Amino acid sequence: MNGSAANASPSRAAALTLAWRYASFRSEGFPVLPVLIIVVFVLTALFANVLAPHNPEVGTLGDRFHPPAWQDGGTGEHLLGTDHLGRDVLSRLIFGARVSLVVGFMAVIFAGILGTVLGILSGYLGGWVDQVIMRITDAWLALPALTFAIFLAAIVGPSAMNIVIILAAVYWTRYARVVRGEVLSLKEREFVRLAIVAGCSKRTIMRRHILPNVLNSTIVLATLMLGVVIVTEASLSFLGVGVPPPQPAWGLMLADGKKGLMAGYWWLTVLPGTCIMLLVLAANLLGDWLRVKLDPQLRQL
Amino acid sequence: MKLLEVRNLSTHYVSSRGTRVTRAVDDVSLAVDEGETLGIVGESGSGKTTLALSLLRLLPPAARNVGGEIWFEGEDLLRISNAEMRRVRGKRIAMILQDPLASLNPLFTVGDQVAEPIRVHEGASRGSAWDRARELLRAVRIAAPEARVREYPHQLSGGMRQRVVGAIAISCGPRLLIADEPTTSLDLTIQAQYLRLLRDLQRDHGLAMIFITHNLGIVAKMCGHVAVMYAGRLVEAGPVARIFSSPAHPYTQALLESIPRMSDGRQRLTAIDGQPPDPVALPPGCAFHPRCPKVMDRCRVEAPPEFRVAEAQVSRCWLSG
Repeated sequence: MNGSAANASPSRAAALTLAWRYASFRSEGFPVLPVLIIVVFVLTALFANVLAPHNPEVGTLGDRFHPPAWQDGGTGEHLLGTDHLGRDVLSRLIFGARVSLVVGFMAVIFAGILGTVLGILSGYLGGWVDQVIMRITDAWLALPALTFAIFLAAIVGPSAMNIVIILAAVYWTRYARVVRGEVLSLKEREFVRLAIVAGCSKRTIMRRHILPNVLNSTIVLATLMLGVVIVTEASLSFLGVGVPPPQPAWGLMLADGKKGLMAGYWWLTVLPGTCIMLLVLAANLLGDWLRVKLDPQLRQL
Repeated sequence: MKLLEVRNLSTHYVSSRGTRVTRAVDDVSLAVDEGETLGIVGESGSGKTTLALSLLRLLPPAARNVGGEIWFEGEDLLRISNAEMRRVRGKRIAMILQDPLASLNPLFTVGDQVAEPIRVHEGASRGSAWDRARELLRAVRIAAPEARVREYPHQLSGGMRQRVVGAIAISCGPRLLIADEPTTSLDLTIQAQYLRLLRDLQRDHGLAMIFITHNLGIVAKMCGHVAVMYAGRLVEAGPVARIFSSPAHPYTQALLESIPRMSDGRQRLTAIDGQPPDPVALPPGCAFHPRCPKVMDRCRVEAPPEFRVAEAQVSRCWLSG
């Protein structure tokens, strides 16, 4: 992109730079595009009932494998076609956004709470508390996340709520690590010492002086983790240990559609795949921007 | 009765295997009267800060209190429970840290931070603690305290932040204020302001103060009594006027000679020869003997006890005996 811009006329190069920046692949500008994508997905999820033209879980077997409307054989009735059970793909995508976002946000929040609390305890109290929590974290991080999630899912059984718990249980370690590091440097700061000599208890100091100061990092990490968590949820659903079948989850749609790929039913896999990609990319770009904005080590004066 | 009386306090740092012992504070005794200022001077590493932290029982994990008594308002601070000690900190003994400008939490308003000790120690409601915070800000002469309480530290000038830190220190009406090198991080003009603030606080609230510094000029200006530390020991103590006019210990004499004087342009600036001793491997006998210009054979083998030189002046030197 930059290469072609360099050869072009100056005004075109400037326009391209501007577009580049607006697409927020650069850190300076507010990431308009990613935020727009996320907002669209969130609104879709919120108003899925209103937006979806059909019931996402019920299809008509006579309407199987309709292609999208613009292809030969497509109908205006099913804008993005139908799947092997005759269910409307657009409606399933719309309700799938709800599953992905609800599971994604809740998992990120639960993991964030758990990881932040343990990270603060570990970093501030030190000693054996730190040793125990950090050794558990190390062991946890050594397990491959997806395998571990599948293992947990096999134990507790598939349901959307269980997926949230599993994802939180798998990903809290990242928060614990980052927060602990932050706390180690915070607790040497003068204002924490002042709180100590002013007679505050450890609990008061952790709650009032440490927690508010690590929230920045936690929020950045949560945004970056959102993409990871959504992909993991889709993977679990794809593998059949995630959201249970009649529910419309993107990972599940991929799994159902993959058999039709060779038969030319591309819309069953490409469309949910695109949704996952867009959402994850948007979350990552937003997270990167937030990190540069909020991380004092990367912030330029 | 003395407000604070420290008797034979010893605090050692023990290495993790317990093989190396550093005597950071070794057999130190001192006393502070109500409303009096005691200056503690010494080079870096002489144990001043460890002494201050010992008084508040805020030692780092490697440090051990191995003996002594700290009598404050009739109770031995080394014998009370942790919870009781927490009620002493900030309420009856306040401390001011080395960098007053970094002592405020950037995320809370000034009012919240001045009110915090009041809420912690007196269980006051937010409203009444804030009322007190406004009064305290007025007491440290901050203009328009009603507006300032709602501002964040970054909105205040350096001088105002110092005053806020002062307000936090006196918020619960402590009897003793410990200031650990409160001016080292400040430039000279602000230093003078800050010292004046501390002196005003002390006078207005009848505080006793322990002033830890390596600056003898500040001691002369601020303190009534002075204690000189060397390698964890108190080598000389007494009223400031006496110590400055007739120091008994060669280390004190050398310290005083190393102050540059404006009046005498011809005199060379003298420094103390040699290096401060390695605290892990102190020389036998008097710790100062390798650098002492008046060293005798006895100093190399036997540590001198405390000798009374004059009224209220003591010195740990064989020459004083």
